[in-house]
Amino acid sequence: MSEKVKVTIDNIEIEVDPGTTILNAARMIGGDVVPPAMCYYSKLKGSGGKCRTCLVKVSQGSAKDPRPMPKLVASCRTTVMDGMVVQNITSPEVVEARKGVVEFLLINHPLDCPVCDQAGECHLQDLSFEHGKDQSRYEFKRRTFEMVDIGDKIKLHMNRCILCYRCVFTADQITDNRVHGILGRGDASEIGTYISKAIDNDFSGNVIDVCPVGALTDKTFRFKNRVWFTKPVDAHRDCDKCCGKVTLWYKGEEVIRVTGRKDQYGEVDEFICNTCRFDKKKTSDWTIEGPTKVDRHSVISSNHYDEKELLPVIDRKIF
Amino acid sequence: MAQKILLKNINIPGINTFEVYRQHGGYAAVEKALKTMSADDVVEEVKKSGLRGRGGAGFPTGMKWSFLAKPEGVPRYLVCNADESEPGTFKDRYLMTHTPHTLIEGMIVSSFALGANTSYIYVRGEMMPQIRILEKAIAEAKNAGFLGKNILGTGYDLEIYVQPGGGAYICGEETALLESLEGKRGNPRIKPPFPAIAGLYGCPTVVNNVESIAAVSWIVVNGGDEYAKIGIGRSTGTKLISASGNINKPGVYEIELGLSVEEFIYSDEYCGGIANGKRLKAVVAGGSSVPILPANLILKLANGQPRLMSYESLAEGGFATGTMLGSGGFIVMDEDACVVRNTWNFSRFYHHESCGQCSPCREGTGWMEKVLHRIEYGHGKMSDIDLLVDVSKKIEGNTICPLGDAAAWPVASAIRHFRDEFEWHVNNPKAAMDGNYGLANYADPIPVVEEAS
Repeated sequence: MSEKVKVTIDNIEIEVDPGTTILNAARMIGGDVVPPAMCYYSKLKGSGGKCRTCLVKVSQGSAKDPRPMPKLVASCRTTVMDGMVVQNITSPEVVEARKGVVEFLLINHPLDCPVCDQAGECHLQDLSFEHGKDQSRYEFKRRTFEMVDIGDKIKLHMNRCILCYRCVFTADQITDNRVHGILGRGDASEIGTYISKAIDNDFSGNVIDVCPVGALTDKTFRFKNRVWFTKPVDAHRDCDKCCGKVTLWYKGEEVIRVTGRKDQYGEVDEFICNTCRFDKKKTSDWTIEGPTKVDRHSVISSNHYDEKELLPVIDRKIF
Repeated sequence: MAQKILLKNINIPGINTFEVYRQHGGYAAVEKALKTMSADDVVEEVKKSGLRGRGGAGFPTGMKWSFLAKPEGVPRYLVCNADESEPGTFKDRYLMTHTPHTLIEGMIVSSFALGANTSYIYVRGEMMPQIRILEKAIAEAKNAGFLGKNILGTGYDLEIYVQPGGGAYICGEETALLESLEGKRGNPRIKPPFPAIAGLYGCPTVVNNVESIAAVSWIVVNGGDEYAKIGIGRSTGTKLISASGNINKPGVYEIELGLSVEEFIYSDEYCGGIANGKRLKAVVAGGSSVPILPANLILKLANGQPRLMSYESLAEGGFATGTMLGSGGFIVMDEDACVVRNTWNFSRFYHHESCGQCSPCREGTGWMEKVLHRIEYGHGKMSDIDLLVDVSKKIEGNTICPLGDAAAWPVASAIRHFRDEFEWHVNNPKAAMDGNYGLANYADPIPVVEEAS
C-alpha cells in the first residue's frame, strides 16, 4: 500500500500515507485546523485517546462508505480512509464538545498558574485560553493531594495532573523499568509509585518534558524563574547515553534549565538523559548552536523580540 | 406457562452436580456438536437463532462470532464475561450458583464453534462462592471427559479457566475485561481494533455474557429455528430478568421476550404486583444505566399500545419516551420512592466506578454526583437542573467506553421525565428532607396525539 489517500479536513484537502491518523494529517496542513492534543505524543506508542480534546466529527467515513461516524472520534487514534471528510473547527458540535472537555479538565485543576513553574509553556493554559470558557460552573471543593518527591530531581504535584498517561508511557518505552503508574480509580486516581519510591534511572527526567501541565517539574528549576524571563538556546554535547541535543534556558549568563528540544506541538525531538538534563549546567559543557526558534505568539518570545518585527504602537488617544 | 430454557431444571435437587445435570439431558449439546457438527454449523445455528447478546448491548451473538478473525497459527480465545456488576442485575450470579454446568456446557460448545482451545470465565471478584462452584463444575466435567485433551475422543482439546476479577464495574466492559485478564489495569482499550481482531494477548477473541453462552447449548440441541420461534420479532428466545425493588416477588425470572411489561409486573407468575398495595411510580427496565421511565410510559407506548419486554419495544420512542432492555435488571419503584435520591445513588455508583482514563467521564461523573447530592440534601438551585442536563450531554458520546453514556443516561432521563420532582426538591428543601414528592401525575394516561386530518 503505497498509494496516498485523500482526506478533507475543514474543507482543506490533503493526500497522506495510509495509516496516518486524522490528527497527524491535520498537522501536515497546520494552522487552525490542528486539533489540540493533551495526551497524544507522537513519540510514544499507544498514547492518545484519553483526554478527548482532539475530538473531531467525521461527516463522511470514506469514499466507499460515505456514512458519517455516529459519534465524535478522537482524531489522534483514528486513521484516515480514502475520501474521508473531517470537520474540526467548522463543526459547532465539535467546538461545543471541546469546550465541555476543557471545562472537565479544569474542574479539578488548581488553577495555580501564578505559582506554577509550567506557566508559559503549559498546554492546559493554551488549551483553556483557545478553547475554553471564561468561567467554570463548578462550585465544589477540588480534589487535593500532597506534593511528592519522586527522586531527588523530580517533584510530583498531583493536583495539577490531568492523567494523560504520557509519563507512564515514557517510563515504559524510554526507560528500562517503570516504577510509577496510575493508582486508584476515577477522579481519585493518581500518579504514584505505590510504596514511596524514587524514580531513578538515566532517562527518568523525560517525564518532566512530556508532562503537558505542571504536575511533574524539575526540582533543579523549581521557583528559579518564570519561563518567559529565560532565553532558550539550542546546544549539543557528546553524550554516550543520548543524542546530546538539548535546549539550554539562560537567565543572564547562567544556564538554569536544560530540556529536550521541543517542536511546535511541544513534543521533544529526541529524549535526553539525566546527565545532560540535571548535571551539565555550565556553558562550557555545551557547544552552542544558536537561539531556539520560538513561535512569536508564545509568551516565551515576549522577552526577546525579533528585531525585524516592529513593536506594536499603542494609540494613547483611545485610553 | 411460558417456555423455560435456562431455568427449566432449576428446581431439581442437586442440579448443580454433574451426575444430576447429566441425567436430565445435560451435555447433550457437547455430544451433538462435537460428534455430528462442524464448527461452522454451530455458528450457523446460532446465527439462525437470532440470539442477541444478553450483556446489555443486544448485539447478535452469531454475527459477533462470524466477525472473528481466523489467521493461521494464532490461537483464538473465548472469554465469558461473568463480571456482572450492574446495579439491579443479578441473573448471571443466579445461573452460575444454581446450574453452573449450563454455563460450562455452553462454553464447550461455543469454544468448539470458535475454534478456541483455551477459554476463560472472568468472574467478578466479589462472587467468591460462584468461583468455587464453577471450579468444582469444571473439575467434574474434566473427570467425565468433557474437558481437557481429546474430548469424547473427537480430538478437540479445551481448557477452561476461571479468573476472578478485582470487583471493578469497568471490567465488565469487554476490552477492560481483557486488559484485566492479561493482568493489567482494567482500562478500556481504544477501539478499533475490536477484540474480534486483536483481543486477549493480541489474538482474536470473542467476549460473551454468561447468559448468551448458556443459551447456546439449547440452540445446538434443539436447533436455531426452534429458538427463533420463541420471542417476538428480532428479539428471539428467552431472557433472564432480575426483578427487584418494591414488588411482591423479587427474583430472577425467565421470560419469553414479547411479554407485556404490565403482565410482568402484575401477574402472579412473575413479580406479583407492587408490594404493600402501593402504586407504581417508575421503572428502570434494564439495569441502572438505562433511562428511567415513569409508570405511564413503561406500561404503554406513546401511541397507547402496551409496551412489551423486548429489545425493540422497550427502545420504542428513542430517548424521548423509550428506554432499553439492557442486561435485564428490572428495578421497580413505588410511589414512596424518591427519584432524585435514586438518581443520586446511581450517579454515586458511576462516580465510584469510573476508571479515570478519559476526562469527560472521570471529571463529569464526580461533578454530577456532587450536584445531585446537593439537590437531594436541600441545597440545590434551579440552575443545577439545567447544569446536570448540560454536563450529561457533554459526557455522553465523548468517552472511550460506554460507561460515560451509562452514567449520563440515568441523570438525563430522570430530569427529562421527573423534572417537576427535581424542582420540588429545590423549592421545598425542608419537605424534601422528611417526605417525598409521591406519585404526582406520573401514572396518568398519556394524552394520545391526535392524528392530523
